[in-house]
Amino acid sequence: MKHKAFFYLILLVAMVAAPFVFPDFRTQLATLWLMIIVALTWDMTGGQMGYNSLGNITFYGTGMYVAAVITIGLVYDVGDYTGAAGGGIHAFSEAQYFSGMFLGMLGAGLFCAIMAVLIGYITFGLRGPYFAIGTLGVAIATGELVSNWEWVGGGQGIALPVYPGDLDTGKLLFYFLYAGTGVLLFVFLKWLYATRFGGAINAIRDDEEKAEAMGVHTLQYKLATWAMAAFFVGVAGAISAFQLIHFEPLETAYQTINLGIFMVVCVLLGGKGTLWGPVVGAILFHVFKEVTWNYLLGWQWVALGALIVATVVYFEGGVVGWLISKKPQWFHVQGKSSETVSEERP
Amino acid sequence: MSTIIDVQNVSKSFGGVTANRNISLSVKKGAITGLIGPNGSGKTTLFNSIVGYHPIDAGKIQFEGREISKLPVQEIARLGLLRTFQQTRIYAQMHGLDNMLISLPHRKMRFSDAFGRNGAAEYERAEALLEFVGLYEKRFLRAGSLSFGQQKLLEFAMALMNEPTGLLLDEPTAGINPTLINGLIDRLQRANAEFGITLFVIEHNMRVIMNMADQIYCLAHGELLAQGSPDDIQKDQRVIDAYLGAH
Amino acid sequence: MDQFAANISLLFQFPVVNLKIVLDGVMIGALFALAAYGLALVWGVMNVKNLAQGDFVIAGGYVCWWLSQQGIPALLGVPAAFIVMAAIGWIIYRVIICRVIDRDLFTTLLATFGLAIMMAQILNLLFGSDTQSVSLGFDTLYFMDGFIDVPIAKLIGVLMAGTLAAGVIVFMKYSRMGQAIRATAQDARAARVLGIDTDKVYAFTFSLNAAICGAAGAIIVMVWVIQPFYGITHSIRAFVIVTAAGLGNLPGVIAAGLGIGALEQYGAHIFGIGYQQAIAVLLLLIVLIVRLIQQRRVRQNLQ
Repeated sequence: MKHKAFFYLILLVAMVAAPFVFPDFRTQLATLWLMIIVALTWDMTGGQMGYNSLGNITFYGTGMYVAAVITIGLVYDVGDYTGAAGGGIHAFSEAQYFSGMFLGMLGAGLFCAIMAVLIGYITFGLRGPYFAIGTLGVAIATGELVSNWEWVGGGQGIALPVYPGDLDTGKLLFYFLYAGTGVLLFVFLKWLYATRFGGAINAIRDDEEKAEAMGVHTLQYKLATWAMAAFFVGVAGAISAFQLIHFEPLETAYQTINLGIFMVVCVLLGGKGTLWGPVVGAILFHVFKEVTWNYLLGWQWVALGALIVATVVYFEGGVVGWLISKKPQWFHVQGKSSETVSEERP
Repeated sequence: MSTIIDVQNVSKSFGGVTANRNISLSVKKGAITGLIGPNGSGKTTLFNSIVGYHPIDAGKIQFEGREISKLPVQEIARLGLLRTFQQTRIYAQMHGLDNMLISLPHRKMRFSDAFGRNGAAEYERAEALLEFVGLYEKRFLRAGSLSFGQQKLLEFAMALMNEPTGLLLDEPTAGINPTLINGLIDRLQRANAEFGITLFVIEHNMRVIMNMADQIYCLAHGELLAQGSPDDIQKDQRVIDAYLGAH
Repeated sequence: MDQFAANISLLFQFPVVNLKIVLDGVMIGALFALAAYGLALVWGVMNVKNLAQGDFVIAGGYVCWWLSQQGIPALLGVPAAFIVMAAIGWIIYRVIICRVIDRDLFTTLLATFGLAIMMAQILNLLFGSDTQSVSLGFDTLYFMDGFIDVPIAKLIGVLMAGTLAAGVIVFMKYSRMGQAIRATAQDARAARVLGIDTDKVYAFTFSLNAAICGAAGAIIVMVWVIQPFYGITHSIRAFVIVTAAGLGNLPGVIAAGLGIGALEQYGAHIFGIGYQQAIAVLLLLIVLIVRLIQQRRVRQNLQ
């Protein structure tokens, strides 16, 4: 118990120290946290609940747009603003910037959670591959619709105000926003998976028909899980919107085959259905990508496709899954009995 | 005794094959009712109709006075009417105790209860029921690694954990070691008597069903052939003919 | 919005426009149906939901386009694309598909998605991201005082699609391999027990699917345009058609294919050509929802 707490303490220190130890890599480190967030949230439905979504990127893009609309809408008319394509007449004070950022993150999360419930009401009637294709359809359709919506800038995208302070502090801020959200998400999931809720969504993954036949409120659990995942993805999207400043719908916001598929690859690489798998996978994938990307001379995307294929074909359990099968004693969880439970909580 | 499951004039066909034709029967509250019949006589189809696995073509099915023939599976389960599967279904990747804890009666929980952890009371109950079916020693084994008979017992224990009002058992003794069958009969009867669960049982083993049931229905070729007490059924010439294929 | 309303009212003012749209849609829909038939084949026989379906189509189109650049008559590009894609399909089966065929469905789906990304990017690197088409140099026929124009190239395309489909149907019905494929589709284990080499059947089926898609793509490049990243839209169309028609329902696949073609043309007329992909995806969502409601009525889920 004691060295476990020590282990987490070291990680926390490393997380805080990282941007100061490697000041040149602040943006890459921030992106790493983004990958961890989307991988962890993808695993909530994909790994823990057995619903493999190819459309979680919908919430990332929507989070970006909601944050932008809130930040701009608090000060100006959004239609005028996008009409002027972010022209110089629209200035933001520091207070306007930060209140917009705070409300934008919160609003993006809540909006995406509600959106997940509404979409999920339909898509969770779909099982297996239909769910994957249906959610992919939702992501593409949302992106296409937004790119034809002139009020939010259409295909040109939308531009947010620039961070009012100096550049390096800005990078630090974005790093800690992502990292804070990531740590919060991790702690939240660690708690959630240990509750009855975690057991119920695992039951849905293992045999949904049996869970239904036992009277589990399957739809409620599925909607709640997706809504929680969408909340965090939406918040991450909002942070990205402020970090990127300018973004457009198809390549940045609703980037179906970039981040949309990266998150799946991260989880598969690390190990589906485990708490640490997505984190390990995100780190491996991100490091691999950052190191090799520039040397691939235009073949990056082919390499990405090949990586996806190789991962699913040859490396199904992921790193953590492989470790569990090789070194089960490291992961041996002592089954609890009624006595140990009552000892834990007298 | 009042009627808990009331099946009235139910018909069901798949394509051109009529699996159930105009079947009416009733299950008395608190009793053990048997359903027998040769292979392919439509017993499992009738079970599936009752618990909502497919729509019925005609007739009514009521549970505690409520029409359920249009409801989907999970809503019927939430009313307290549960079934076990002929081909056992358990959560194969989890160990036995987790299987039990997941089977807590969700219909009695508020949604916010899902965010709590199971306490000592739940663990004790799960362990007691595993002890009841004789699986206590194996509670930390992966459920998928248990033998077919043990999985069947686990599924039964999971059903009891769910505190149902009515329980439909599809061939509970199939695949179970004959030496354990007497023990199982005893457990089914205790579940009925101690927990007050109404049982409706499909069974091929005549010794089991005749010893256990208060009332027996016999199906043949999708139709209700006979009904009555175990003694009546055993003497009924039509039932004997149906099993021996005399017509 | 006004623009959309004006476009819709045009349909009522000039009913002949409807005829033109339907005709255009049906001609292109025949090609969608071809690719969808291939998908239904691998789906039904091997239970593989191939997300690279559209990229096979596009790759076939580039085979034809490349040959015509070399001065070879475009019509020869159709059989050439058929043969080249059959070979590529066989290789893909041996390298990737045969390793995931026994796994859960998401694994095959993701593997083919990775394959789709790879193929699109390779085509992009080889041929560039411009839209391409091949002109056959035939005349256009005019009817109804010039309101209806039917390029002869399109008629030839539909004719070739029909011939190919008829050939595949006859093959499936009467050849030994066709019978083995149908037997495997019904029960792979029973087929294996009876001495059918199911691995060979799978390889052949996947390769045949790629070949059909390739030929469809070669026709598409002659009557329409292709671009390396158009594959996903074609895949989605194939999914829409198969989901709407169901597996093993050939008349249904043809009808759905023609219907999708016509609906897309209507959508393009009303909303503009920029919405083409959005319309294909929305049709997917609509078909899924309709099927879902149908399944609900029989107390089932769509799986």
